Amino acid sequence: MGDGGELAAEKHVRYIVTVEKKKDSFESLVMEHIRLNGAYWGLTTLDLLQKLHAVEADEVIQWIMSCYHPESGGFGGNVGHDAHVLYTLSAVQVLCLFDRLDALDVDKVADYIVGLQNEDGSFSGDIWGEVDTRFSYIAICALSLLHRLHKINVQKAVDYIVSCKNLDGGFGAMPGGESHAGQIFCCVGALAITGSLHHVDRDLLGWWLCERQCKEGGLNGRPEKLADVCYSWWVLSSLIMIDRVHWIDKDKLAKFILNCQDKENGGISDRPDNAVDIYHTYFGVAGLSLMEYPGVKPMDPAYALPLDVVNRIFLRKEH
Amino acid sequence: MHGRPRRPDKPEDAAAAEAKAAKLRDLQAQVLRNHHDRTYSKEALGLSFKLLEINPEAYTAWNYRKLAFQHNLGELSEPEAVKSAIDDELRVVEVALRQNPKSYGAWYHRKWLLNQKLAPVDFKREFGLLDKLLKVDARNFHGWNYRRFLAKFMGVPEEEELKYTMDKISDNFSNYSAWHNRSILLSNLLIKRSKGFESKQKIFSEEFELVTQALFTDPSDQSGWFYHLWLLAQTSSPENPQLIASWPSNGAKLSLSSSSSICCYSLKEGILPIVLYFNEPVKGLSSSSVNLNSDLVVGKNIQWKPLSVTDSGHSNCWVTYLEVSNLEYSSLQQFSVEVSITNLDEIVSRTGSNFCCPMHFSFTVELSSIDSTDQDTDPIHDLISWDFLDPLPSHVNPSCTRFELLKITDASVHEESNWHLERLSDEIDLFRELPDDNSKFAKLTLARLLLACAAIKSRGSSLVERKGYCEEALRLFNDLIHLDPSHKRYYEDERSLVLVDQLTCDMEAVKKYCSVKVLPKLAPLNHVQLCRLSLTRIGFAERLLWVQILDLSHNNLRSIEGLESLQQLVCLNLSNNQISSFTALEPLTKIISLKVLDLSSNEIGTHPIDTARYICPSPFSHKVEACEAFEECLKKNINVEEFWDAILLFKNVNLVQLCLEGNAVANKEGFMTLVVTLNPSLKWLDGACVH
Repeated sequence: MGDGGELAAEKHVRYIVTVEKKKDSFESLVMEHIRLNGAYWGLTTLDLLQKLHAVEADEVIQWIMSCYHPESGGFGGNVGHDAHVLYTLSAVQVLCLFDRLDALDVDKVADYIVGLQNEDGSFSGDIWGEVDTRFSYIAICALSLLHRLHKINVQKAVDYIVSCKNLDGGFGAMPGGESHAGQIFCCVGALAITGSLHHVDRDLLGWWLCERQCKEGGLNGRPEKLADVCYSWWVLSSLIMIDRVHWIDKDKLAKFILNCQDKENGGISDRPDNAVDIYHTYFGVAGLSLMEYPGVKPMDPAYALPLDVVNRIFLRKEH
Repeated sequence: MHGRPRRPDKPEDAAAAEAKAAKLRDLQAQVLRNHHDRTYSKEALGLSFKLLEINPEAYTAWNYRKLAFQHNLGELSEPEAVKSAIDDELRVVEVALRQNPKSYGAWYHRKWLLNQKLAPVDFKREFGLLDKLLKVDARNFHGWNYRRFLAKFMGVPEEEELKYTMDKISDNFSNYSAWHNRSILLSNLLIKRSKGFESKQKIFSEEFELVTQALFTDPSDQSGWFYHLWLLAQTSSPENPQLIASWPSNGAKLSLSSSSSICCYSLKEGILPIVLYFNEPVKGLSSSSVNLNSDLVVGKNIQWKPLSVTDSGHSNCWVTYLEVSNLEYSSLQQFSVEVSITNLDEIVSRTGSNFCCPMHFSFTVELSSIDSTDQDTDPIHDLISWDFLDPLPSHVNPSCTRFELLKITDASVHEESNWHLERLSDEIDLFRELPDDNSKFAKLTLARLLLACAAIKSRGSSLVERKGYCEEALRLFNDLIHLDPSHKRYYEDERSLVLVDQLTCDMEAVKKYCSVKVLPKLAPLNHVQLCRLSLTRIGFAERLLWVQILDLSHNNLRSIEGLESLQQLVCLNLSNNQISSFTALEPLTKIISLKVLDLSSNEIGTHPIDTARYICPSPFSHKVEACEAFEECLKKNINVEEFWDAILLFKNVNLVQLCLEGNAVANKEGFMTLVVTLNPSLKWLDGACVH
């Protein structure tokens, strides 16, 4: 452990590029079904470190499109895996990074997501009907990026999310579900994108979220749990969206993240001295981005994409 | 990958790892092939079982099993056979959960099966499984979600589930999941007024005792503190929304220039704002719920608008703008306006309770000099500096009489709830005696209890007591800043609200910061100076509705939310604060009379991350149509991607004077030109004449 020092950006870039090629280890195989998520985590990290050009864009897009199910309009987590919104959002986000939404049949993809909204406003993850506020966020985020938010019943979608609000100010996966930082990000993100943050008690939720900071500086996801680098993203982004991020100690958090780096081989782990993976590498760098770490591009807290990408999508001339 | 130690691969492990990987690779390939070929044989199903045993997250394998189950079901007729097919699936789930008790796919597979309702559910088995799981990890939220699902599925009474949370809490006080479920169940039972849950007071008293026991057992554990905060919120909020302030106040005499009346600067533009301020956000203000009666013929379509930054249907503060410009006031120099809230049921809080005290007030407006005020000689159009205001001689306060007129409306004074106060006082006594002197939660909770008490004791003879509570709370927040420096700025924000409370709680207190500014041709303007007070945010805006010149310079403000209620504000000094973006200034777009704004020496343009980006309406939150907002800017080749926030702000204000120096954004290329372009009414920018 000890002093995490500075961000080993070059090492992390190398780690991401090599992980991408190491498909045959047991660890990679266990994650095979979510490779499209992995692509989003890795590529977004590269972009945040201003190294997106380290990969061949056309190759990436071609592979992304090979996970597409033209009959449904959704994406699977990898070639041959079933379609699900979890991977559809990642596909949309990666295409946004490369400014290549033109590769999509936008209306077909949008209709896939639209078709998953239920009568009560909630969203299913796929045809099998699992309902979770994560899927509400995914649907709203993806449709907004595709400029197709108007295709769903936004009011009902918002009402459902609000019905998952808890007495501690947080949100759960479904009505009655316990507050959890990841779930809070999803609900606050969906409310932010739909201009509905007035449903959030910002002081109450802000206090709950800032109390996620543990003694060692890292953030946990629920009370009385261990700190974990991934919550640097879930908690920080939520705090930013509700304008309460100054309630935590950013220096201590940055130190915690930097201490979780593998400074030799690159990559970031959940806690100091644990095994690194692409997921925590992304969340660590994204967390540093939200704390304005020098050399890391700033990120949009709601769309989970670099700020310039989001600004381009919503502000450029064509729209 | 969570909780796996980082270590170099040992060579002797490599072979084993390779074999393990090869097995998994084959399995995954075979299962996917069977899935695509729609092969649902026993052998094929066995392979998917094996795969899910190793990797319960392989979601396509769960989908495959559902398809197979449906397919094979068609061939089964005996109920026993159906039951056995279900059993097979339940077993796969159990095996998968052994590998990963937090597998979304596994838990959902089980719910899906039960929801098919093909056979009676063995609830003993289900609850047994849950007991085992929650014994291993009492916080597994999948387990708790499944428990709620089951309870609903089989119609377990909420009272029973409430007992279960009690069992779990007795096992271990530090079980946030159980406290959470308890709060959900109790809220439901109280809303339904189930038997034994008719009295909120009785239930909450018992809960306070229960949670206090937990808190005293281990004050460093967070679980109980959050529950306590919830109880406190239930205990301190009044049942019905109340009107706590208005502008104009009852009996006020308004004009633009008569020195014996209150200045209303917007009368210059023929607009008279009426502001109503409630103690909590309400909706439903309209021409049908609020009756306006006037000898002045006001338009029939009176529109009440919510004044809140997030602009929802609910707001603490509501405004209507009466148009008085088109009057033939040769015949009418003075008119009176009566405001009454008549239709009480229409004004409703977020929790659904309605406004319940009828309210009535009236004021008069003198129009005599509106047309004689020449635009060119408007004193506001001369450069105003902030050091011009001499402090008032201590023995005179010319504004005194007018302030008396601006007192908070009394129509809403509510009966203090004795139970609330008693309960809170008991808690305060308890926490003052808590032996662990350095528990930050104990101090914070005590501060919150004191402030809740102070809020109830806001009037008349209790004012002294209220001040005492505020003093004690301030001391606690100061302690906390040192005790828990990581959350320093949270405590500073809380302290800031108490400070504003103290500064404004009665007229005696406010007077110290008040003076008037006499400008030619205008009635004197009320000036309030709250400088160098370490304020980080504003509260109690309802007490400042009458302020026309507000100096908040040399504080640590990063948000100005609340100022949108100050519809009389003409000049605002925010220099030397910590405002870090134009989006944070969005409240100003709601103040129609604002002419002079000093933003010098803030942090606008310093921070790449804008924390008000989603608080302020924008194209990212679909509250503003980008094409409409930016069309003209695009034509003028203004960089919309870089300056969208400045554009949205300046498009919606009508400033005559603006100071921006000492902000990083002012040095950006082309920015100052953009400011001048966007503000056609601007005469002075950073002290120089621009138009």
